[in-house]
Amino acid sequence: MTELFFYIFSFISILTALLVVFSKNPIHSVLYLIVTFFTIAGQYILMNAQFLAIVHLIVYAGAVMVLFLFVLMLLNLNENAEPKKDLILKIVSIISSGLLFLTLTAALKDAETSQPSIATNENLGLVKNLGNVLFKEYVVPFELSSILFLSSMVGAVMLGKKEQTTNN
Amino acid sequence: MLDLIIEKSILILSVFSVTLLIATYLTYTERKVAAFLQDRIGPDRAGPFGIFQPLADAGKMFFKEDFIPAASAKWLFIMGPGIAMFTACMTGAVIPWGTSLNIMGREVSLQIADVNIGILYIMGMVSIGVYGIMIGGWASNNKYSLMGAIRASSQMISYELAMGLSIISIVMMTGSLSLKDIAAGQSGQLFGIPLTTGLDWNVFVQPVGFIIFLVCAFAETNRAPFDLPECESELIGGYHTEYSSMKLGFFLFAEYINMFISSAVISTLYFGGYNFPGIHLLPHNLQAIAGIAALFGKIFFFIFVFMWVRWTLPRFRYDQLMHLGWKILIPLSILNMLVTAGWMTFRNLL
Repeated sequence: MTELFFYIFSFISILTALLVVFSKNPIHSVLYLIVTFFTIAGQYILMNAQFLAIVHLIVYAGAVMVLFLFVLMLLNLNENAEPKKDLILKIVSIISSGLLFLTLTAALKDAETSQPSIATNENLGLVKNLGNVLFKEYVVPFELSSILFLSSMVGAVMLGKKEQTTNN
Repeated sequence: MLDLIIEKSILILSVFSVTLLIATYLTYTERKVAAFLQDRIGPDRAGPFGIFQPLADAGKMFFKEDFIPAASAKWLFIMGPGIAMFTACMTGAVIPWGTSLNIMGREVSLQIADVNIGILYIMGMVSIGVYGIMIGGWASNNKYSLMGAIRASSQMISYELAMGLSIISIVMMTGSLSLKDIAAGQSGQLFGIPLTTGLDWNVFVQPVGFIIFLVCAFAETNRAPFDLPECESELIGGYHTEYSSMKLGFFLFAEYINMFISSAVISTLYFGGYNFPGIHLLPHNLQAIAGIAALFGKIFFFIFVFMWVRWTLPRFRYDQLMHLGWKILIPLSILNMLVTAGWMTFRNLL
């Protein structure tokens, strides 16, 4: 049962991830990406990590992608608005992405199949255990990452602030 | 296993049909309440006191011409109302409608799914609900629809923050994210006063959180005074300007379902859910049934509040809405959270 769901979710997530790249309309890309996030959340639920799944949905599908969609709708980009690319630009991008693909395949060729990590406690993903682990064992990294978030937030606010005109 | 499937299927079906029935009759109630507040009679033609008005409205909606604008993104245009309706109906799954019934020696819980992250599930569904409006508004290929959709999304994102922060206080006090635990945690005595068993409602300890949550619920359901996404004096019809027939009906219907569900969430989080004073004196099955009745009484009261506010307060201006959300409600809810945390540390309640 779980395996069947795993394959269904994986298939949909790979398919929609490809559609994100291939669809010409940026709004469609964003919508496909949202579907991808949903299938990934489904994978989390299969791994008994409901908290992670729902937070993933709230943060990524519910907030980040809404903002993406919001900006794209405001800019009103569509297929006609996409700038025409030169032939030379196309060739360069094909070569560079081909090189990246080659590197990745070369790196992956020698990699061994990873051992499926055996969780020490299969209920680790439940919110109670997760909270205990985060606030007891990993409290320092947790707090540090919150400080990182805070500083990036302050940075974004500073960038978004209008230039103060000096009136004196 | 089979028992469980049958039991849950019946529960899902009944919650779903009750939700739809209530949403249908809310359209009638809204018009009657509006008429009452404006000293009119309201709909009174279809049946006695006009109680068949919703059926007449639904019939009209279904038989109207279903028009899809030529320049619209067709599939997304159809998807918009569907998503709005789907997310509105999904939220009822985690609400505990009552304690549990004992049917022939079998305990039947009156909650479809007791997930341990129930309250986050509701937040997630609320945040996904905006996609219906956004996609519908964008796909219409109309400036007014787009403006409505953009307003809806920014409004929802802004008020979700204050809503989440006000819920954190409740979660800290209960020590659980499950709505079942939150409802069950309100069955004790209020401040230890005798004869108040079943009145230990969160609203008495979290009045500020309740007000913040209520205001945010109004904004999340796009109800007046925060109905800027469909503000007819500026945007014709907002995000549903181009919609007709039952697609428009779905958008309007989703709003009423959201109103019903958010009243249920407010009742569960702050007004004791199915608890009422004296519930513990009743026998087991009667307790569950009386609990359902009490919860629905509270829900209907909050639905009335939604309508009452709509016909009392004028609409906010958009900058006022953003000012209220970001500069008043969010700092206030953070303060409320800190005071709750401080109080709990001080009293060693953790």
